[in-house]
Amino acid sequence: MSKKIGDVILDLQNISLRFGGVKALTDISFNVREHEIRAIIGPNGAGKSSMLNVINGVYHPQEGKIFWHGNERKKMEPHMAAQQNIARTFQNIALFKGMTVLDNIMTGRITKMKSNFIEHALWFGRARKEELEHRQKVEEVIDFLEIQHIRKTPVGRLPYGLQKRVELARALAAEPSMLLLDEPMAGMNVEEKQDMCRFILDVNDQFGTTIVLIEHDMGVVMDISDRVVVLDYGKKIGDGVPDEVKNNEDVIKAYLGAGH
Amino acid sequence: MPGQANFASVDGLHTFPRLLLNHAKTRPAAPAMREKYLGIWQTWSWADVNERVRALACGLASLGFKRGDNLAIIGDNRPHLYMMMTAAQCLGGVPVPLYQDAVAAEMLFVLQDASIRFAVVEDQEQVDKMLEVMGEVGTLEHVIYDDPRGMRHYTQPFLHDIHELMEMGRIHDRNHPDFLNTEIEKGHYDDVSVMLYTSGTTGKPKGVCQTHAAFIAAAQGGVQVDKLGADGDILSYLPMAWVGDHLFSYAQALVAGFTINCPESGETVMTDLREIGPTCYFAPPRVFESLLTSVMIRMEDAGKFKQKMFHHFMAVAKRCGADILDGKSVGFGDRLQYWLGNLLVYGPLRNVLGMSRIKVAYTAGAAIGPELFRFYRSMGINLKQFYGQTETCAYVCLQPDGQIKFDSVGQPAPGVEIKIADNGEVLVKGPMLLKEYYKRPDATAESLNADGYFMTGDAGFLDEDGHLKIIDRAKDVGKLSNGAMFAPNYIENKLKFFQHIKEVVCFGHDRDMVCAFVNIDVGAVGNWAERRGIAYSGYADLAGKPEVLELIRECVEQINADLVHDTMVADSQIHRFLVLHKELDPDDDELTRTRKVRRNFVAEKYKVLIDALYSGKSNQFIETEVKFEDGRRGKVSADLKIIDAKTFPIVKKAA
Repeated sequence: MSKKIGDVILDLQNISLRFGGVKALTDISFNVREHEIRAIIGPNGAGKSSMLNVINGVYHPQEGKIFWHGNERKKMEPHMAAQQNIARTFQNIALFKGMTVLDNIMTGRITKMKSNFIEHALWFGRARKEELEHRQKVEEVIDFLEIQHIRKTPVGRLPYGLQKRVELARALAAEPSMLLLDEPMAGMNVEEKQDMCRFILDVNDQFGTTIVLIEHDMGVVMDISDRVVVLDYGKKIGDGVPDEVKNNEDVIKAYLGAGH
Repeated sequence: MPGQANFASVDGLHTFPRLLLNHAKTRPAAPAMREKYLGIWQTWSWADVNERVRALACGLASLGFKRGDNLAIIGDNRPHLYMMMTAAQCLGGVPVPLYQDAVAAEMLFVLQDASIRFAVVEDQEQVDKMLEVMGEVGTLEHVIYDDPRGMRHYTQPFLHDIHELMEMGRIHDRNHPDFLNTEIEKGHYDDVSVMLYTSGTTGKPKGVCQTHAAFIAAAQGGVQVDKLGADGDILSYLPMAWVGDHLFSYAQALVAGFTINCPESGETVMTDLREIGPTCYFAPPRVFESLLTSVMIRMEDAGKFKQKMFHHFMAVAKRCGADILDGKSVGFGDRLQYWLGNLLVYGPLRNVLGMSRIKVAYTAGAAIGPELFRFYRSMGINLKQFYGQTETCAYVCLQPDGQIKFDSVGQPAPGVEIKIADNGEVLVKGPMLLKEYYKRPDATAESLNADGYFMTGDAGFLDEDGHLKIIDRAKDVGKLSNGAMFAPNYIENKLKFFQHIKEVVCFGHDRDMVCAFVNIDVGAVGNWAERRGIAYSGYADLAGKPEVLELIRECVEQINADLVHDTMVADSQIHRFLVLHKELDPDDDELTRTRKVRRNFVAEKYKVLIDALYSGKSNQFIETEVKFEDGRRGKVSADLKIIDAKTFPIVKKAA
């Protein structure tokens, strides 16, 4: 596959994050290029999810700088990340269990809606037209992820693998330019993982979405990522294309223990 | 055989392209096809369909498709694929639909046998299969795909987007405006209209060549008997390669002019069924069975009151529902109860099943359990059986309204002659017989006897009212070692009616007793197990649970008790059985693509198990290779327990 990877769009420089006395991240620098699939790996507690939370503005690092499309980013809140076209999924599925798949995905469009609360409540004026447009987009995502058959099913009744897919659908509904995936394949069986890999590659390929993902399945990571950054105890111990990382001494040590 | 079709009523419209032209001319705005796309039903009128077929045909012609070429069609039921069939026929070509869920290697034989030059496929998945076998199918020149998703990086010049093909065709049509009409004019009713490959229960698949005349005759007969009008709707969801789908969704739709509706995807069929509410619906017994199973499972989750109401009114329906549907006289009390039941139970249930508007529902392809059949009819759904083979356009016997018998497949359809051979085999003759097997004159000669009757290979007899009863495949009917008749299908079908049992294979020919393999229905048994707090990790684990084995034993013994009363088969009680550790699967060649058991193959593959059944062992270890959907292989193993079932003393005929 020949895809064109663009310039650096997200640049993290010397990021350090502390919770009280606990150092979650120490002096980490790496960047993400446009259209690439960037994996963050590392043993449990390495700081991967913290890193993702830094990127989308949930945590604010005490030190370091973040550049988004070349501009230094000020302290920001998650909803601002959403407005900057960064969408994400969560390690522990964060959907509205009682709502249908369709409604859940519709919530992914919320930042795009212009009409206000009252108009929505009264189903009045532009709210009506707008909803139809958004529904169209949502249907395209449903078609893309092949979840037509569960459109009207409450999310809570779905098996885990499908819930993960719905979460991806919601993130995609926001038409993000960057997608953060926190362990999209955790707890899935082989077939579900294959499906998910295919969807991630398709999203990346068809919409050109930049993807940053955290994943434990090394086979998956090495297969689909363009570049991998490895964290251990909050420090960066490796960064590069999958083959480089695979042969990195420090990485092997971190995963298999010293003395190996 | 050609020329016997009743063409008077369609007035010179003796090929499918002419039928399409006629609909487009006489009722251009009426809906011809619907497909759900992005959550909304899109409609094509007959005029739209005609325009597209024209464009497709001209497009094919400009790529070099010629009279006599075969066109492979592979994919789920999509309007464009149906249109492609007519497009090929316009040019005097022959559409060859293939089973879309087959892996590339399985398609290879048909593609080679039919010397395919052009293939029309649904999507990337099927394109990949074509690319995989391209080297081995030397004749394959062009592959046309319907859904462009994921095709961006395919640059091969022989791949064409169907919309590009239509554009090419429109240009061609503009430059040669008379071309297509002349081609359509050249079409003759005696030309082969379609080639359907037999599923191959035995040996390699054979291409059955059917003429326009044959399929039009079969469609006309069916439309007449069941009074199908142009205002009908049918849900087209069964494989296009199956003769039943070709008869209903293609031939009948073009003859009667009703609308075909293509579901969004395989998984949404149930929802789509409810949204469309078809007037005519057909499904193999398996589908009706799983519908009933899902209703029963959900009923068990309902509240006490609802359950009580459901069971009460189902009993009423069982008593008098079928008679009311047949127009027989029923007492006032029962009528009142049934009316109430219709209001409270049957009506809503029909609605849930998407059968509120059903005028007639068909089942065929395998024998249907009488209980199952009765259930649908008693609910007011005019379910009928019909009988036929690929070689007879699935058109031999139909059940006329008011004369439905649960255990027969009905009377010979208009224009069809039936004879029973001395060995009990059913022989048929009529306008719907195959022209030939493709490139297999030997097989063609073998299938027809000296008088021109087609030998169906089914054993059966005509009852006193002239209704045909099918017992089993003629070659499957065997004898126990004491000489008693052994009809495995008959017993298997009885067992399969239990919601917990999905598949059964019985053995007994030349043996002193009948033994069986059982597949549990993982949905129904899983639910049953959950309710009882039995934990299990997968099919194999669930199938081995002692509680489950006990459950199945009860089913088997119930059947044994039942069989005693029927002198013909009283000796066929099941003495011993086991529950298989894996589901029989077409991917492992154990079932055909239409999901019929390949009896001999299964017997061969699980020989150890059969030996264990007959040698009196109480358990047997087995390891089996399985193929996963993605083509990888794995192994499952289990130590299977063999269960003895209680049998009942045979009541000798009282003098």
